Amino acid sequence: MPEGVWVKCPGCAQAVYRNEVDENQQVCPNCGHHYRINARKRIEYTLDPGSFEETHAAVETVDPLEFTVGGVTYEQKVAKAKATHGLKEALVTGFGAVEETRAAFGFMDPYFMGGSMGSALGEKFCRLAQDAIRERLPLVVFAASGGARMQEGILSLMQMAKTADAVRQLNEAGSPYISVLTDPTTGGVYASFASLGDVVLAEPKALIGFAGPRLIEGALKVKLPEGFQTAEYQASHGFVDRIVARSEMRETLGKFLRYLSRS
Amino acid sequence: MADQKDKGRGVLDQSLPFERRLIELESHLERAASDQERQEIEGELEREREAVFANLSPWQRVQLARHAMRPRMLDYTARVFDDFIELHGDRLAMDDPAMVGGIARFQGETVMVVGQQKGVTTEDKVQRNFGMAHPEGYRKALRLFRLAERWGLPVITFVDTPAAHPGIEAEAHGQGPAIATNLLEMLKLRTPIFSVILGEGGSGGALGVAVGDWVAMFEHAIYVICPPERCAEILWRDVEKKEMAASALRVTAEELKELGTIDKVLAEPAAGAHRDPEAAAQTLAEEIEFFLEECKRERWTPSQRQAKFQNMGIYQETAG
Repeated sequence: MPEGVWVKCPGCAQAVYRNEVDENQQVCPNCGHHYRINARKRIEYTLDPGSFEETHAAVETVDPLEFTVGGVTYEQKVAKAKATHGLKEALVTGFGAVEETRAAFGFMDPYFMGGSMGSALGEKFCRLAQDAIRERLPLVVFAASGGARMQEGILSLMQMAKTADAVRQLNEAGSPYISVLTDPTTGGVYASFASLGDVVLAEPKALIGFAGPRLIEGALKVKLPEGFQTAEYQASHGFVDRIVARSEMRETLGKFLRYLSRS
Repeated sequence: MADQKDKGRGVLDQSLPFERRLIELESHLERAASDQERQEIEGELEREREAVFANLSPWQRVQLARHAMRPRMLDYTARVFDDFIELHGDRLAMDDPAMVGGIARFQGETVMVVGQQKGVTTEDKVQRNFGMAHPEGYRKALRLFRLAERWGLPVITFVDTPAAHPGIEAEAHGQGPAIATNLLEMLKLRTPIFSVILGEGGSGGALGVAVGDWVAMFEHAIYVICPPERCAEILWRDVEKKEMAASALRVTAEELKELGTIDKVLAEPAAGAHRDPEAAAQTLAEEIEFFLEECKRERWTPSQRQAKFQNMGIYQETAG
């Protein structure tokens, strides 16, 4: 969100007092627009305070293809993202609790390399799923991603199969997997683990889809219908169980975790 | 089916700039007046092939993979199998002509065949949506995978698609979830899966039918996270950087084998599969024969397939 006391809400175009947005979990107090948020804020808004224990932070990205764009190597680009966002990857994994019920959690950060999925992210997702299975805990993952990470080429594509296999393991173990789709969930992440949740929740108005809207518009040379690829659109087509406002996420997750916990 | 084979293909008008000299020489060869002249032209042909094909740029490989005359799925099924009975429909909504499937006979055995057909003539291409399947196509593929499992048939998938179809209906019908479901179900399938990348292996649309125990890829095919043009737009904001993108993305069969993504590179006839589709089909038939032999030795199991895909990716684990 831009600096300043007043911000213009992208939802209602009204000037809203920045502090009010901050105090309202980054939701416009005027129109209910859900701002895109980073993983750190997501953890703060979702989990019981102090309950989060991060895991697998040591799994990090390398530059297997020696990918360089405009003189900037992929390694340098990732290093910059790490410094800017204070994260090591676009997925933060760990254990935590919601309303005192423990679960395994994954939080994607849409700002870290666009929330894109490469090898390290795929590996972290798989380890997280295995932790959930081992500890007999439900898994909750907040997806937020522009898709696969271009700089790892085909290896990123293969993470779709790799993470789908982690979901297979969860399914076979009977470990409940709740996938929460947040703004944006697109491309290779949507076409793999994000849409494979036993239960799929979504935040209001989140962009959710396989091909991005600009790609479709460019390919078809048509104007897209109003509300296309929003959470509500996906829900009306049967791909989302429930739209859950940020203010109600804890209560909703708390119920699912209590009702589905096996210990 | 057999009547699809090689239909509607002209030669020169569909050739690539770096092939023109070869085609010229071939027509000279046909008109050669003496043995001596023939020998000279053959020598030159050989040198020209060597010069062009030993040093293909990544972009030239992309062009070859998309070559208008490149053999398509149905060109191979007509040559490789003794019979092919096409089965239609996803049993939910429609029959997607971009995704073809059915049962086929191979050396006295029955196999399940599934894959993308790009189309050959203009009309055919449009009808098949250039090999870009809708969610219904992926669901039809899944229906056939499950049938194969029930019947105990090995699955052979042919991959040749620029991408899964990007469109309004495709999104409304769940393109993402349809592909995701195929990935998961192919990993679970209790029957062996052989996949071959024929031409373009485009992104999730390709992977949605390519989670194989044994993944082969023709020498001049490509397999990409996204088309080089789109990668160039995203990373360089300039579609003209597509040649740079093709080189950076590592799209070629040899490179993919080194990265552990595919299991086997299938050598193509000199100057590409389209110059000798019979020979290319023969190579593929031998690979299918190998795959089916290994089926009998119970080499392929779901747990090995799962482990193969679990091990994909390159990352590091730092201390502390």
